[in-house]
Amino acid sequence: MTLTYYLVLAAILFTIGAVGVLVRRNAIVVFMCVELMLNSVNLTLVTFARATGTIDGQIMAFFVMVVAAAEVVVGLAIIMSIYRTRRSASVDDANLLKY
Amino acid sequence: MDVLPAEGLLAASWLLIALPLAGAAVLLLGGRRTDRWGHLLGTATVVAAFVLALLCTFQLAGLDEPSVGVDLFTFISAGDLDVEMGLLYDPLSAVFVLLITGVGSLIHIYSIGYMAHDPARRRFFAYLNLFVAAMLLLVLGNSFVALYVGWEGVGLASYLLIAFWYTRPAAATAAKKAFIMNRVGDVGLALAIFLMFAQLGTTSFEGVFGTVGTLAGGTITAMGLLLLLGACGKSGQFPLQAWLPDAMEGPTPVSALIHAATMVTAGVYLIARSAPIYDLTETARTVVMAIGALTLLIGAIAGCAYDDIKKVLAYSTVSQIGYMFLAVGLGPAGYVAGLAHLLAHGFFKAGLFLGAGSVMHAMNDQVDMRRYGGLWKKLPVTFVTFGLGYLALIGFPFLAGYFTKDAIIEATFDRDDWLGWTFGGIAVLAAGLTAFYMTRLMLMTFFGRARWEDGVHPHESPAVMTVPMVVLAVGSVFSGALLVSIFPLSDWMEPVFGEPEEAAHVIAPATIGIALTAIMLLGVLAAWLFVGRREVPVTAPVRVSPITRAARHGLYADAVNESLFMRPGQWLTRALVWVDNRGVDGAVNGLAATLGGSSSRLGRAQTGFVRTYALGMLGGAVLVAGALLAVTAG
Amino acid sequence: MTETLGGGETVVFWVLGPIALAGALGMVLSRNAIHSALWLVNTMLALGVFYVVQEAPFLGAVQIIVYTGAIMILFLFVLMLVGRDSSDSVVETLRGQRVAAILLGFGFAGLVGAGIAEATRDLPAGGLGDEGGIGNIPAIAESLFTDYLLAFEVTSALLITAAVGAMVLAHIEREPGSRRTQKELSRARFLTSDQPQTHPGPGVFARANSVAVPAILPDGSRSEASLATGIEPEDPDEMPRPTGRRQLGSPDAALGTLDPAPLDGNDR
Repeated sequence: MTLTYYLVLAAILFTIGAVGVLVRRNAIVVFMCVELMLNSVNLTLVTFARATGTIDGQIMAFFVMVVAAAEVVVGLAIIMSIYRTRRSASVDDANLLKY
Repeated sequence: MDVLPAEGLLAASWLLIALPLAGAAVLLLGGRRTDRWGHLLGTATVVAAFVLALLCTFQLAGLDEPSVGVDLFTFISAGDLDVEMGLLYDPLSAVFVLLITGVGSLIHIYSIGYMAHDPARRRFFAYLNLFVAAMLLLVLGNSFVALYVGWEGVGLASYLLIAFWYTRPAAATAAKKAFIMNRVGDVGLALAIFLMFAQLGTTSFEGVFGTVGTLAGGTITAMGLLLLLGACGKSGQFPLQAWLPDAMEGPTPVSALIHAATMVTAGVYLIARSAPIYDLTETARTVVMAIGALTLLIGAIAGCAYDDIKKVLAYSTVSQIGYMFLAVGLGPAGYVAGLAHLLAHGFFKAGLFLGAGSVMHAMNDQVDMRRYGGLWKKLPVTFVTFGLGYLALIGFPFLAGYFTKDAIIEATFDRDDWLGWTFGGIAVLAAGLTAFYMTRLMLMTFFGRARWEDGVHPHESPAVMTVPMVVLAVGSVFSGALLVSIFPLSDWMEPVFGEPEEAAHVIAPATIGIALTAIMLLGVLAAWLFVGRREVPVTAPVRVSPITRAARHGLYADAVNESLFMRPGQWLTRALVWVDNRGVDGAVNGLAATLGGSSSRLGRAQTGFVRTYALGMLGGAVLVAGALLAVTAG
Repeated sequence: MTETLGGGETVVFWVLGPIALAGALGMVLSRNAIHSALWLVNTMLALGVFYVVQEAPFLGAVQIIVYTGAIMILFLFVLMLVGRDSSDSVVETLRGQRVAAILLGFGFAGLVGAGIAEATRDLPAGGLGDEGGIGNIPAIAESLFTDYLLAFEVTSALLITAAVGAMVLAHIEREPGSRRTQKELSRARFLTSDQPQTHPGPGVFARANSVAVPAILPDGSRSEASLATGIEPEDPDEMPRPTGRRQLGSPDAALGTLDPAPLDGNDR
């Protein structure tokens, strides 16, 4: 096998995460699918860092992780406050942005 | 003949126009505050203008070359077009100025009494003053454009005055009709002016008359015919005569001043002033004569059948102006005769109208002659003045109409060709008809059994109304003799029209005079037989001959106008409105509806669900990826 | 020239790769949200191992410690607070959403996968080499604190902001004094209820602290085995009780005083 296999695996994981965002209705599960997409990108970055022989890919992946952490914190706080007011965590409840 | 610059009092001749114009402005802008003395101011301006006109004319008479010009200001200066507004005071304009201001003053004085009970009297005098100012500009202007300004002004004043009682639908409609038919004629005049400017580069009388000889014959004829069209519109000649009888909806002083003495004679003035043009085109002159002859016959026939006293007088005016057109169409031989008849007609027709107004005033504004009868005892002054005017009109020997009509028919016969014999014969026949219908009018109004309605108590008019009538009656009696024999108009007009040629008379003048008198007596006799001897029915008989029925409808002129112009015009406007509503509005509204419909249909794609939008994003990403791959692979 | 990777790595890939895939699919397809979180933990652990195998030990450790250990636990906390009961219904409310999502998913995976496979066919596995002989973590540190220093500082500010923001978002504003304190709650419990102390767990039920009182079994019957031998059993309802409550009367009257209840001779 070659490095390509890692990249294809990452692409497939990314797609699964994308489909999960589209299909699941629980806001937290959707968030988790987004985390999966970020992770697949991390895998791609690390693979390319290895391919090019530079450390920059790993640095980028590191930053992605940091930002993902911050994002999860804030996002979950938001979901919780939404849940407190609406008593529901379904993404279909926010449907006013329409004609 | 050269035009001298004005000196002395003649230099102030612009005041003739300015005084009535200022009067109109003050009365219109001053509003109700001027109600108490408005009529006096209006009369004073016209009387002052008359006095000034007399003085100017005396000064003019003393000049060797009585043709004086006053430059006022530059009206239009655009590129090649240079129109100076100025006045030309020569014998032709002098007689008209005197007629307008003189008869105008008398009618203003009459109106003080006639309109005494009308709350809008001040507005009446304002419009009358406006009319006098515009008419004076018409006859005094030194270019066709100045004439046109006055032309339009009198048309406007006529409209305002016919519709003076504007709350009456009949009056408003009549005013509209008059204005529109005037407008049709004005197109001819405007086109003639454009032609002058295009071909000759100038529109002033001096410029045009000096250079018109250089044009091609066809162009000159066209110019003459276009000017004739304008004159027909203003003077109520065939085919534009239908507005004049309807214009009787206005107050009687208006009918007297505008539609008898002055405005309707503007056409004759135009043709007389354009004599140098007409002298060069035989065709146009023949057409003028033909129009005149046709109109005088139409007017005479129609005048025999109406029961409305003012309408009979209106058709009489149409007919008499036909005489004047016939005269000026003759060329140099006829200008003076036509103008003499015009001046005499101004006197006696104005007098007749004022008399009719006096009768109406006495009979509670009743115009139906079938409701008159036996008034000679109750309205003596009116009867006498009206009677003198009547005699003058029918051509009673040695009164005004006798001399002037005689001169016209004489000049017509002197042509000694089939046109002259035909038109002359028609004129003689019409003279008989004139005598018939005027006698009928006199008999129905003043004689016979009183057929008054209940509550009508005829009384003589106040002095303010009878004095002008008396003055006009005097004029009716003597003006003919004065103008033709004693102070011959031909001598006065010599600077304008040239030496009066002593034509060889085909028929001796005395013969014509006797023949005309005979025809007149025949007409009077016929009227007495058919109308005077029998009892006049109070309601008009229904079963009458076809000619009478046609005459009652003005020889169906209105019906022809309606079917030829009004109905197609209405259909055209309705079709255009339909096209606009369905076509234009339909296209625009359809476009709007399409956009609105499609936008609301497209809007349904926005469901509001986040997941739908995410689906869209993923779809877009797939498309982009596919495109990238296609680009790099291909 | 494709550079194939070593046998050990191949084995690791082919074992953990499907596990990672299964974890992802399980996360998406589970009905229960807690199950989804656990499947994701599985995938992240597999990815952590991948990082280690790909010469990024630091990242692998960070993945397991931070991502799996902190972020996923945070997810589980919130799920416990919020979503443990709210499971998705199976029925899809939007028409055609699932079909379209699956189709697009296949399309996307196919396109991107094929494209990457095509583009990186000749990608050499250069490897990070010796990294200048300093090792992975020092190399990361060097690059991080010199080339990417600004990004580092900004990210730290971001973290602080995120923390403060989360606190603000999760804060519940309460009226001062509307929350009953521990003292008040405890007082009320002791004064109004029969058994203010912690209730016993299920099973044997001791109703007094005397060895003479038998315990009650869950079915309500006496448990003979709880009796001490040689002692007369007593009925707890006939035993004397503290009187402070009786003398005070209503429970509300007791609130507000800190004085101990007056003693009478019946104290036990």
